[in-house]
Amino acid sequence: MERVKIALAGNPNAGKTTLFNAVTGARQHVGNYPGITVEKKEGFARVDGTEFHILDLPGTYSLTAYTQEELVARDALVDERPGVVVGVLNAAALERNLYLAVQILEMGLPLALALNMMDEARKQGLTVDAARLGELLGCPVVETVARTGEGVGELLRAAAGHARATGGVRAPLDISYGPDLDPVLARMVARIQEEGFLAGRHPARWLALKYLEADEQVLAAGRAAGPLAAELEGMAERVADHCQRTLRTSPEAIIADSRYGFIASLLRQGVLTRPDGPSRADFSDMLDRVLTHRVAGPLGMLGVLLAVYWATFTLGEHPMRWVEALFGLLAGAADAALPDGLLKSLVVSGVIDGVGGVMGFVPLIMLMFLFIAFLEDSGYMARIAYMLDRVFRIFGLHGCSVMPFIVSGGIAGGCAVPGVMAARTLRSPREKLATLLTAPFMTCGAKLPVFLLLTGVFFPGAEATALFLITLGAWAAALLVARLLRSTVIKGPSTPFVMELPPYRLPTLRGMLIHTWERTWQYIKKAGTVILAISVLLWAAMTFPQLPRERAAMYAAEREALAARAADPGLDQAARQLLAERLALVDNTEREAALRHSLAGRTGAALETITAPAGFEWRTNIALVGGFAAKEVIVSTLGTAYSLGETDPEDAKPLADRLRVDPHWSRLHAVALIVFIMLYAPCFVTVVAIRSEAGSWRWAAFSVVFNTALAYALAVAVFQGGRLLALG
Amino acid sequence: MPQPLRLRELKVGQRAVIHTVSAQGELGRRIRDMGLVPGTEVEVVGRAPLKDPVALRMKGFTLSLRNNEADYVLVNLAPGAAG
Repeated sequence: MERVKIALAGNPNAGKTTLFNAVTGARQHVGNYPGITVEKKEGFARVDGTEFHILDLPGTYSLTAYTQEELVARDALVDERPGVVVGVLNAAALERNLYLAVQILEMGLPLALALNMMDEARKQGLTVDAARLGELLGCPVVETVARTGEGVGELLRAAAGHARATGGVRAPLDISYGPDLDPVLARMVARIQEEGFLAGRHPARWLALKYLEADEQVLAAGRAAGPLAAELEGMAERVADHCQRTLRTSPEAIIADSRYGFIASLLRQGVLTRPDGPSRADFSDMLDRVLTHRVAGPLGMLGVLLAVYWATFTLGEHPMRWVEALFGLLAGAADAALPDGLLKSLVVSGVIDGVGGVMGFVPLIMLMFLFIAFLEDSGYMARIAYMLDRVFRIFGLHGCSVMPFIVSGGIAGGCAVPGVMAARTLRSPREKLATLLTAPFMTCGAKLPVFLLLTGVFFPGAEATALFLITLGAWAAALLVARLLRSTVIKGPSTPFVMELPPYRLPTLRGMLIHTWERTWQYIKKAGTVILAISVLLWAAMTFPQLPRERAAMYAAEREALAARAADPGLDQAARQLLAERLALVDNTEREAALRHSLAGRTGAALETITAPAGFEWRTNIALVGGFAAKEVIVSTLGTAYSLGETDPEDAKPLADRLRVDPHWSRLHAVALIVFIMLYAPCFVTVVAIRSEAGSWRWAAFSVVFNTALAYALAVAVFQGGRLLALG
Repeated sequence: MPQPLRLRELKVGQRAVIHTVSAQGELGRRIRDMGLVPGTEVEVVGRAPLKDPVALRMKGFTLSLRNNEADYVLVNLAPGAAG
């Protein structure tokens, strides 16, 4: 059977992904390019007995070496050797969309064009002569409407035909770059051909152009390839100097201008006809007048953000319970089926509780991605960035940073796992990193019970005010730390904002569902691998070393003695009750002793000297160590450490009573602890999410170390400062 | 011909033609890649609630850029343009 490999290229918002979904349906696979977070999408389709292997390149406006997306797209075009490239064009903005197409033609790749969104173009009164465009560029041009599937089959047939006809190579398109560049280009091409410089990989003229553009990737590859590189760089520098002196411009600018000039003359040759008179105000412009209005815009945005937050956590609550219940059942079954001992403890506490806790997030993640897909595909996300950019830029962030912050718990009760994943919409690497590292400061749903417990005990009657202040504090911390990071470890100028505000469109349900499912599935796969491993490690740290045999035997003997007394048939109800309570006390004391004896417990105790300046004693330390597994664990571990047995995080009453009367605790202790919990290392699920969004373990490790150090410094400052002011 | 204006100085609703783009490096490249090259007609269609960034209508789409990025772009008011 004939196989054709197609690379799908196009501008963002040109409908490339919609076309990809329309062509491949469910036959697609999403992964990441190694080491970076750009998604790699592949899919398959069969039309008329031809099997198509389709590679969906990241959406780009150009093919420079400035962004990861463009580098990935460019490398894929060179390395994957597609039989034909399909360029997806938004017919309503043909001029800019052809800019990428022209660059692909300059690379000497066979190109078939999809004139997509013809329906929108027609509505604007534009007429595009597809046949004429194809004739001028020497490639097939097919009108499509990817949303409805119109023209998709024809496009694939045309692409396959073009691949067959060209055999995967064609003469590169030659554009004139004017009297200043053409002569030097010709000399460079001649030299490149003489020496066979980087031959077979790139056409000579394309290479020469990249030298004139001072493209970093090509310059580096050239230096490794041979001595001609120095000569070419010299020629490029001289012409750059000349352009600067005589024209006050750069070769790079001349090249871009010439490409657009070429496109403009192409369109004037009967390809594009615009309606006479002023263009009708289009639907998007009218919507924008309301949605980005000075007053109505921000209010509407606040409403939308609140709605996304509310819907995610309200709708997610029940499915989350079901998932938890399912894992509860599993744990119960394992509990009944396995004999008491280490294996049972590993399976129940390490594997099922660990993975279950992580899978509990799945409903939240699905919903959050569904809403974000809606906001992105509809075009509203770009407006959010547009409206908020001025504020977030002050802190070295991007307008799009707002979504990760809010989902993480910018409105108390969120979750940093989907929050960190929401940072995927950020295309500026430095701004994205700063967002990833600071979003976990927000008050997530798992930190809430701790805050509720502490504020309830130490600030009775003022819980609401205290929580509000905590939420504000988290925002202040996130923004200020972002500013700090952006002027130190993630230093660098802000990434240019220059961004398209795409026309408003109603997203397709299919596109949103595919998008949501892909992201969710990646998360689920992670739960089964990395997260499972870490969960088992944490279980081991809280279990080993076990209590020495004689101490375990001591507790067993006590229990037996109590059980023997309870077996006495002559006991009355009250005595029985008393014995049961004493039995529970023995269990709790043993649990506390075992935890104290474990690696986690010893760490907590050993840390006491370090944490004393912040006012934490060893019990708190153990709880904080446990909080790395999941912040919910802080309350339950505090409960265990205070020998109260299985403390339900939702119902912290008995622990609260205990803290209220404990002489060690004061308001100042509570405030220092709140500050620490707000800021310290994200839970490990979040750390894993940060790793995959930032693309390296280095930043994930940084978030653990840096956040903990910061939290410690501030907690100490609060505690010691309070002491000095005699507040404690 | 009157002195070119900075793109930042245009009011919402004004139309102009790009005169020069003086940005270099990544910013220059991004501005040009989006089609903001000399000779292009633009119309300021809006400003964000805090007056920055600015939204331009050009070549059949809407582009937004920050005021400090727009400072690298000089324009001539389009003939017969309002204001």
